[in-house]
Amino acid sequence: MSAVPESFLFGKLTLDAVPWHEPIIMTAVAGMVLAAVTVLGLVTYFRLWKTLWNEWLTTVDHKRIGVMYIILAMVMLLRGFADALMMRTQQALASTGGPGYLPPQHFDQIFTAHGVIMIFFMAMPFVVGLMNIVMPLQIGARDVAFPYLNSVSFWLTVAGAVLVNISLAVGEFAHTGWLAYPPLSELHYSSGVGVDYYIWALQISGLGTLLSGVNLITTILTMRAPGMTMMRMPIFTWTTLCANMLIVAAFPILTVTLAMLGLDRYLGMHFFTNSDGGNAMMYVNLIWAWGHPEVYILILPAFGIYSEVISTFSSKRLFGYTSMVYATVCITVLSFVVWLHHFFTMGSGANVNAFFGITTMVISIPTGVKIFNWLFTMYRGRVRLEVPVLWTLGFIVTFVIGGMTGVLMAVPPADFVLHNSLFLIAHFHNAIIGGVVFGCMAGLNYWFPKAFGFKLDPRLGKVSFWCWLVGFYIAFMPLYALGLMGMTRRLDHVNNPVWHVYLVVAMVGAVLIFCGIIAQIAQIVVSIINRDQLRDVTGDPWDGRTLEWATSSPPPFYNFARIPHVESVDAFWEMKRAGRASAPLPSYQRIHMPRNTGTGVILGGLSVVLGFALVWHIWWLAALGFTAMVALAIIHSFDEDRDYYVPPSEVARIEGSYFEQLTAENQNERPSLAA
Amino acid sequence: MNVHPSPLEAQFAFDAVGAESHDVAHHASSTAPLGFWIYLMSDCILFASIFAGFAVLRGNFAGGPTGLDLFNLPYVAVETACLLVSSLTYGLAMIAMERNDRRQVFAWMGVTFFLGLCFLGMEIHEFSELVARGAGPDRSAFLSAFFTLVATHGLHVTAGLIWMGTMFVHLWRRGLSAGNRTGLICLSLFWHFLDIIWIGVFSIVYLMGVG
Amino acid sequence: MARAGAVVATAPLLGGCQMVLMDPKGPIGAQEKSIILLATGLMLIVVVPVIVMTIAFAWRYRASNTSATYAPEWHHSNKIEAVVWAIPCLIVMALGSVTWASSHKLDPWQPLASPMKPIEVEVVSLDWKWLFIYPQYHIASVNQLAMPVGRPVHFRLTSATVMNSFFIPQLGSQIYTMTGMETQLNLRADHAGVYQGISANYSGKGFADMKFKTLALSKAGFNAWIAKASASKATLDVASYKTLDAPGVAATAYYGTVDPALYGKILNRCVDAVPCHDAKHVAMNHSAEPDMAMRMPSPSSITKHKS
Repeated sequence: MSAVPESFLFGKLTLDAVPWHEPIIMTAVAGMVLAAVTVLGLVTYFRLWKTLWNEWLTTVDHKRIGVMYIILAMVMLLRGFADALMMRTQQALASTGGPGYLPPQHFDQIFTAHGVIMIFFMAMPFVVGLMNIVMPLQIGARDVAFPYLNSVSFWLTVAGAVLVNISLAVGEFAHTGWLAYPPLSELHYSSGVGVDYYIWALQISGLGTLLSGVNLITTILTMRAPGMTMMRMPIFTWTTLCANMLIVAAFPILTVTLAMLGLDRYLGMHFFTNSDGGNAMMYVNLIWAWGHPEVYILILPAFGIYSEVISTFSSKRLFGYTSMVYATVCITVLSFVVWLHHFFTMGSGANVNAFFGITTMVISIPTGVKIFNWLFTMYRGRVRLEVPVLWTLGFIVTFVIGGMTGVLMAVPPADFVLHNSLFLIAHFHNAIIGGVVFGCMAGLNYWFPKAFGFKLDPRLGKVSFWCWLVGFYIAFMPLYALGLMGMTRRLDHVNNPVWHVYLVVAMVGAVLIFCGIIAQIAQIVVSIINRDQLRDVTGDPWDGRTLEWATSSPPPFYNFARIPHVESVDAFWEMKRAGRASAPLPSYQRIHMPRNTGTGVILGGLSVVLGFALVWHIWWLAALGFTAMVALAIIHSFDEDRDYYVPPSEVARIEGSYFEQLTAENQNERPSLAA
Repeated sequence: MNVHPSPLEAQFAFDAVGAESHDVAHHASSTAPLGFWIYLMSDCILFASIFAGFAVLRGNFAGGPTGLDLFNLPYVAVETACLLVSSLTYGLAMIAMERNDRRQVFAWMGVTFFLGLCFLGMEIHEFSELVARGAGPDRSAFLSAFFTLVATHGLHVTAGLIWMGTMFVHLWRRGLSAGNRTGLICLSLFWHFLDIIWIGVFSIVYLMGVG
Repeated sequence: MARAGAVVATAPLLGGCQMVLMDPKGPIGAQEKSIILLATGLMLIVVVPVIVMTIAFAWRYRASNTSATYAPEWHHSNKIEAVVWAIPCLIVMALGSVTWASSHKLDPWQPLASPMKPIEVEVVSLDWKWLFIYPQYHIASVNQLAMPVGRPVHFRLTSATVMNSFFIPQLGSQIYTMTGMETQLNLRADHAGVYQGISANYSGKGFADMKFKTLALSKAGFNAWIAKASASKATLDVASYKTLDAPGVAATAYYGTVDPALYGKILNRCVDAVPCHDAKHVAMNHSAEPDMAMRMPSPSSITKHKS
């Protein structure tokens, strides 16, 4: 591909860029196109374009933006999981001497895409989506600090995901592994456009993530309800704050690292090249200086979710709130001094290795404290074994195993034999699936009624949970064993009948997890169909403790007609006990709200054009796209009609219908109680 | 992807959500600068990473020219003076804003803009000379790091100038409104921040490069 | 067919013997195995009780069990807090001291105590094969590494391509190979046998086949192997190295003679027409940062050249 002459009009892009001769890819592309056409067709058929544009694409409402983040995450979960299934089947089929069905250059792209998609476009949007929906409600705010910026952040994230998916159909994706270590990712060894797609997709979505981090920190610092001191913030808000501080501190490092790689590739610089003084070790250090905090960006909010779930469903205050906060802050700080444990085998000295090994172990102390605190929250509680609790229990059991194998690999000499093996793969999936994904699922089941006004079907939720849990163990325990057998990662084929058996078992596990994903989607579909039976009219379906349950489900766009006053950690619980919850006010004030704007979605669209043009060296289009983005941002700054007041009468009407509903519900309940 | 979010953020004063309710301890005039300040901290880490990269690669000349061969300190000193003085003049613009003297704000901002432009022009000239001498960013890892660090600062200055240009129009249209004041405060933070970064660049890259 | 079936059926049982990391054949691997077991054991002290408590608490305090104590306001206990902070702290202190000691003892640079002079091997990772040069014997081999049982081997490693990791699982410790830089490793085989060697860092499309055989031989066997290699007519010089360097998977090969300067040229990246002036130029003008290629300008260089 390196020899393709560049034209002015199309850069490196030619019709040959589409992999016409690859049946697997073309089938996937056809599937994606078909799905997109179906969705667009349905929207047109039901005349939903206007609604879609006015209510969703241009929205600045944090709850809707959060919902869209999660939809993105779910779609990307399917894409990333398709990659996982292909990898598992390839290794199972190609472990007895045959080549399997995927040639190396395709297998390499799949494991790269799997990692990139799962971390950047599945886990991140899921976590950011939950933070967006829940955090402002938990602190009693009406929106985030910068609603328009929130929309921009989201659409930049979508733009990154779109670029990764375009790479499937036009050109190729990186062959380099998800962190694109140079020199392999340098032009000399990867002359195709794959790494360029990687760079621009991550740069664009990374900018979105960074801006979202700034936004959420400012929101937490300035917009808490009166009386909510820092030490009265719900734990999920605390973990959101810490995770976003990590985003703000770590993502610029990623930006710089990828920019340097890009400069090497685009302008012939020598940051990481083999020649002219480049230093590839610097890349490895820099990318992990971002990469390790990234792990905690994902896991901290999940920890927050577990804390909320375990306390709510045990009907009991969280054990050791203060400890929990300090543990969270400890983890946040320590996450920046452990990065070298990702490459003990690079030949750093014993002192350096030992230092980073020990700091890594030290992180397990606050993590351990958190786990004990969850356990003691259940102790002497009344644990309702609802779906979110199942995910939480599954998490604790699974995560301690993942933590154990992680600390094991923090001992440098142990890592000398376990590094890059399937043991490592099993470890981090143990931590990320058992920690982050289970947390997201717990959060989804827990907060879904808040976002949509009806609960998720618990039966299918349990099916999904058990498929995931059992599937996880069947899929990843064999990988631990294979690691001890000396199998390294990223092998497109091996020839070992003993390994073959383990790989087949792991594949079965992956299929079981897939059943879990299907059950999860079925759960959402069935719940939408049965929404009337699952309706939550009270706004407080789980007997909640924090402020998000103090308003209706779904909340009105302004969240709270009157900002609540907070007097303790479990603000809403206290309000309920004091009888101060959910009473209509005698009169309402007007409410100041931001207007929707299409700027965010248009900026996102332009950034796709910009990224695509840069990938294919279509310079005129890149210049055009970039100029248009800057111009649009400036034009937006002149838009003076960005906010409005909701008149008191409108607030009274919305609140009135909520309280009518509540009263009706109470009357319905009485006869049933009598019976 | 160096679209600077700053011009957008200047306007967040108007996103003052909930400012109407008295029981919300949140005012736009404090939120936007705080948010912007947090953004600047991330920008600071961005520069720190590039500085770190420069520190690692500063001796990797690959047989090419060194700082001693390339840097013209008196020239860079004038460039530095332009930027430092522009920080001072921006400060004077802010004082004028406190006095509600719109004309003076315009005047000092104009001087700041001009000095910023001079700085940028000198930097572009320096770069083109280096490239003409065969000491472009593709010559060695040292030069890659040098160009990247200095140009990243230069791109920030460019973004600052575009923002300043936008602020002129805003000021002309609406005068010293609350929103424009917030914008001026944020831009002021940004401009002084770039000054501080430049002091780092000047000392670490230029002074230590020839020392 | 039946045999294949039998292999598949018994494979999980064989698995025990296939856990090569648990079946080390040299002192480094053996110590690493015992560290893995010790660390796992230490952590199980916490992990097992946590798993038991999770299930026990959830069951005991399930909502339907109204006979269990319910204390909705109980949320703090100094005693419990002290214990839950102290236990992980103690375990980490124990593990930390193991880490400190073992990191130093098993540092790949650390020569193995032995009355015998180590065999020197210069290792070069290429796309997608391994080149082993024996400077003491002036021979080289591709994808086959021989070592006498009981005698330490000192490896100096570099890469002529992207980053790879040199790893013989049954002997222990892997180490990265990187272009323009040298890493070192000391290993010893205590039992005769043939051990699989791999690259443990993904390096491109031929990665899966980038393997080598490690022959741990008796003294006589090793001498015979050296003699066999010496007998090869092939010479490893710049010209034949460049042929070898072309991307692709290679079969086992021997070189009876080796250009003694070749490894240094590969390390300093001056095999190609470009003369070796880059590094020298730097070294002459800037003594503070001499010869970038020979030293690792990362954390490695700081510690590696301390003594």
